[in-house]
Amino acid sequence: MATQHSRSAARLMMAPAVILLLGWMLVPLTMTLWFSFRRYLPLRGGDLGWAGFDNFTRFVTSSAFWPSVQTTLVIVGGVLVITIVLGVLLALLLDQPMWGQGIVRILVIAPFFVMPTVSALVWKNMFMDPTNGLLAHLWRFFGADPIAWLSEVPTTSIVMIVSWQWLPFATLILLTAVQSLDREQLEAAEMDGASPLSRFTYIILPHLGRAITIVLLIQTIFLLSIFAEIFVTTGGAFGTRTLTYLIFQRVLESQNVGLGSAGGVYAIILANIVAIFLMRIVGKNLDR
Amino acid sequence: MARAVSTRRKTIATAAAWGIGLLVFFPILWTILTSFKTEAQAIADPPIFLGFDWTLENYRVVQERSDYMRFLWNSVILAGGSTILGVIIAVPAAWSMAFVPSKRTKDILLWMLSTKMLPAVGVLYPIYLICIRFGLLDSRAALVAILMLINLPIIVWMLYTYFREIPGEILEAARMDGAGLKEEILYVLTPMAVPGIASTLLLNFILAWNEAFWTLNLTAANAAPLTAFIASYSSPEGLFYAKLSAASTMAIAPILILGWFSQKQLVRGLTFGAVK
Repeated sequence: MATQHSRSAARLMMAPAVILLLGWMLVPLTMTLWFSFRRYLPLRGGDLGWAGFDNFTRFVTSSAFWPSVQTTLVIVGGVLVITIVLGVLLALLLDQPMWGQGIVRILVIAPFFVMPTVSALVWKNMFMDPTNGLLAHLWRFFGADPIAWLSEVPTTSIVMIVSWQWLPFATLILLTAVQSLDREQLEAAEMDGASPLSRFTYIILPHLGRAITIVLLIQTIFLLSIFAEIFVTTGGAFGTRTLTYLIFQRVLESQNVGLGSAGGVYAIILANIVAIFLMRIVGKNLDR
Repeated sequence: MARAVSTRRKTIATAAAWGIGLLVFFPILWTILTSFKTEAQAIADPPIFLGFDWTLENYRVVQERSDYMRFLWNSVILAGGSTILGVIIAVPAAWSMAFVPSKRTKDILLWMLSTKMLPAVGVLYPIYLICIRFGLLDSRAALVAILMLINLPIIVWMLYTYFREIPGEILEAARMDGAGLKEEILYVLTPMAVPGIASTLLLNFILAWNEAFWTLNLTAANAAPLTAFIASYSSPEGLFYAKLSAASTMAIAPILILGWFSQKQLVRGLTFGAVK
């Protein structure tokens, strides 16, 4: 079907997108890699020469590094567990016959479309504020002392906010997967006397396995780089500094570009490890 | 299965789903309600749900005080500009991938998607530096370009999946009738591709509208969109809940409405076809 002529035309049509993305990837990446080997302090003398692997070792030996790794793991892990567990349950619920299913779906999906700065600030002020927040009112109503969420349990608070934002995504993907479930198989199992729990464990969960993996991988990639939620709530204080936030602070706030770039290289490597797994699944699907 | 049982089951499912749905939606609902309260009512203890004096005062104040229209306009330009530009660049690429696939098509597509996974913070300083060098810091042009580039992989991907659904026989029939490449694209493909292109525009407009890493880091007074405008409320003084709510409602309302139309595209666009 494809002639030589149409092949070269196709190549020409692909060129702008390929060249732009190649530039977008290679130019900043090369610069980051270059800076990571330099002692580069724009506000304190500029480029002070070759640093070898100094930045890389200093980044991981600084006192802020391990806490930031821990915070990152807690936030990413916490959000993943909450969104996937609740997402599976919610997807199964939404799949049941009910009245007003379309509207419920809309209600559940809505948080995904709220811009990150809005959801972070609304939660911070109107829900988590220790005096005027709605949760404080609720606590007082039950006779408990209100919690200063973002200073007493800051990481948990951020996990809550981010989970709220990402629950719709997990639910929607998992719902799509639930809907492709083989109904006859389920009914047959029910006829044979399989309990709801064993139907869930042996039929539904294995069927959802792939979708869960996808949600896990995609969310991990996006969650590793959450920024606005921390920027407007704690500004990285109270131990909420993630790896991403630490790099941001090194690069833009303290303008230690060499050190920050070394951190950036680590972040890129980390994201790529996750991306490889995701791309393998996507690639397999493209063949079908 | 007996009818009575299934009706009972349906009732329980309905109640549970509505309860949870409203709970998930509640922060948005509360924000919208608060935006119509006075500042005193917004922090009243116990909280007032509906029995307050509805007022539009907050919307007026927010617009007067903060140049709201400029931020809104910037959001429209950044999200709209980057999306349209992205689609213009992506349509030919996706077209050639879908209709003239070669051995390398799959690899190119996967590589494009993988650029989406590059953590933004890893390239923050280079981009910042490039913007300074070219005098593009806090400019709309730079952000249109950046938002276009970060969404380009998704745009190409979505268009590719839509184009691939167009049956090849139609193209062959058109070729038999003597249509050239240009006619093929203009008269055969474009009309069939319009729904797919529209969905792509919609989802990517939403993604660009809500983008909050580059817009927060590369803008100041000039090019700041609504994401940055809202962030400026993070260190407030005095009573401000009602005004924050009004500002937030204005920033999210258009996208909530668009978002409700794009549920299906969300799955297609953000899972790269791995879930169908």
